[in-house]
Amino acid sequence: MKRWKLVSLLMVFVLTILAACGQETGSGESSEGNTSDGGGEAVTRHAIVFKSTGNPFGEKLMEGFENAIEEVEGEAILRAPEQPTVEGQIQIIEELISQQVASITIAANDYDGLEPVLKKAINKGIKVISVDSAVNGDSRMVHVNQADPEAIGRIQIQATSEMIGGKGQIAVLSATSQASNQNLWIEWMKKELEKPEYDKMELVEVAYGDDLRDKSVSETEALLQSYPDLKAIIAPTTVGIAAASKVITDKGLQGEVVVTGLGLPSEMAEYIENGVSPWMYLWNPIDLGYLAGRTADALVEEQITGAEGDTFEAGDLGSYEVVKTEDGTEVLLGDPFEFNKDNIDEWKDVY
Amino acid sequence: MSEMMKSINLAKLGKFREFGLLGFIVLLSIVIQLLNPAFLSPGNLTDLIKNTAILSILALGMMLVLITRGIDLSIGATLALSGMIAALTVRAYPDLHPLLAILIGIVVGVVCGAVLGLLVSKVGILPIIASLGLMNAFRGMTYWVSGREWVSAYQMSDSFKHIATSSILGINTLVFIAIIIFIFFNYFVNNTVTGRQIYALGSNPDSAKISGINSDRIYMLVYTLMGGLSGLAGVLWVSKFASAQGNTGSGYELTVIAACILGGVSINGGVGKVTGVLLGAVLLGVLDNGLPLINVSPFWQMGIEGAIILIAVLFNTIVKKTVERNNLLRRVI
Repeated sequence: MKRWKLVSLLMVFVLTILAACGQETGSGESSEGNTSDGGGEAVTRHAIVFKSTGNPFGEKLMEGFENAIEEVEGEAILRAPEQPTVEGQIQIIEELISQQVASITIAANDYDGLEPVLKKAINKGIKVISVDSAVNGDSRMVHVNQADPEAIGRIQIQATSEMIGGKGQIAVLSATSQASNQNLWIEWMKKELEKPEYDKMELVEVAYGDDLRDKSVSETEALLQSYPDLKAIIAPTTVGIAAASKVITDKGLQGEVVVTGLGLPSEMAEYIENGVSPWMYLWNPIDLGYLAGRTADALVEEQITGAEGDTFEAGDLGSYEVVKTEDGTEVLLGDPFEFNKDNIDEWKDVY
Repeated sequence: MSEMMKSINLAKLGKFREFGLLGFIVLLSIVIQLLNPAFLSPGNLTDLIKNTAILSILALGMMLVLITRGIDLSIGATLALSGMIAALTVRAYPDLHPLLAILIGIVVGVVCGAVLGLLVSKVGILPIIASLGLMNAFRGMTYWVSGREWVSAYQMSDSFKHIATSSILGINTLVFIAIIIFIFFNYFVNNTVTGRQIYALGSNPDSAKISGINSDRIYMLVYTLMGGLSGLAGVLWVSKFASAQGNTGSGYELTVIAACILGGVSINGGVGKVTGVLLGAVLLGVLDNGLPLINVSPFWQMGIEGAIILIAVLFNTIVKKTVERNNLLRRVI
């Protein structure tokens, strides 16, 4: 009995340690710190700090950033903490401040938590911008936003209209009914639908799959049962779009009901290849990183100050304008990136 | 004499409850059918049964755990872990036979269940606490083995995805497996010594021990069986949805427990029937399938599900109290 107790306790102990280790080592390789000192006179050094290492989306974001910085003949410093914590990012930013980099681009782990350290950086003359996940307006000069809610909403209706020839019943399968992103996009979808060219398209229902596989499947099945003439399902969420596509695949409804929306390329590769979803959207992390790099350069070169109305050239992406938001200013990347049969192969392993 | 009366009344109560539940399901179906004629179409009923298969497999396992006065909160995490390990194996070896993938899932589940069984039986930790701890440990391990990545549809072999879409003897494989498990459980709890010992242990642990029932063995058995079923369900889940995520089945244990309680299983142990649990799972299946069909607002949907569970439990308590009072009255005479 006693021995059993000991063994069992040990097992729990080991399991807990394993689980804890999982949290620590799950992120893979260490950060790519390019911390060469000296020689800082000739080239301008731009740093980017992502949320954590080993994140496929982050790797691509930093790749884009590096491309942009290399184009303007600067030096890119790519950093990320092992864990997605504020503490890890603060430590890295402190290091970057003492290295006297020209700019810091941050994908924040917390909206307000980085304010003291980022203000310190700004006071030292370092240009600070946020990308992907913003910091508050006081601790940044400008935010680079991947998603313009209006463009995201409108483009999904435009795509659906093209897929179904501009007429028929359509339905939306969202995440939860309280998800603010999705609700905003759906509002814009409805606004786009008011245009006369969509007169023959009817939005019959907005269903909520709660980003759960089983619920999203049930909701999709219910849509198909309730609306036998349904032509398209728009799912602006990864779990929803994949679940809806799976249902259409299993029921052999390819070509009768199309699925589009927003989803991870890896999850959607199967269904883009089998034709259930002719194409769908998500932001392109490389472009986002590239725009962030160009914005950082524009700030350092003093082409912009981060104030509303500033404009600058972002290399291959064209011209951008700084716009006002509720909290601070931002640059919008623009339309989301289209994933289709031709490019899904190269993206499905990326993220 | 009074013992006999009591057992007769309990038997009556059991039957009554099951008919009541069946009647409730029929009533609910009629209401949904009137609101949306697509509900009783063959296509929708097939969807309903397929979607309820995994829930009913898990509910049968949970029934045994509840009968022994235990509870297992770790099954959602066990389901995710075994599904993830099976999916990772399939990703690495696409030629793996699907039966082998199922076996891997079951083995992982059995190991998880056995750990919980040991903690409950040998160490004597309360099941709710032991399974709560393991729930987090298993969930953490799921993230760890997957490196926080998902296994997506294109990374799984067709044969693996076919587990959930293929059919045996004209019945969908998921449903077929659920039927086999139902038949096995029905036989096991009603006709085997071990099966009866589970009930005996649940109704009165002390006298069960005195009468020579090896309680540790029974606890080990029910938790290991629950683990094995969770492992099986994990593989079926991943195959059905063609995607393995770290947060798969998070919170699913509560749905499973709800199915059991609806089916008349008592949290106080000793009471629960296979057919009742099946009806409980079917009722939840009807709700999950039917509420989206009648266009209930998503805010109401959860509320309605919760209200129905509460009504079922209240009904159970009231009937039980009435029976007990009647028994007491008889004793006075």
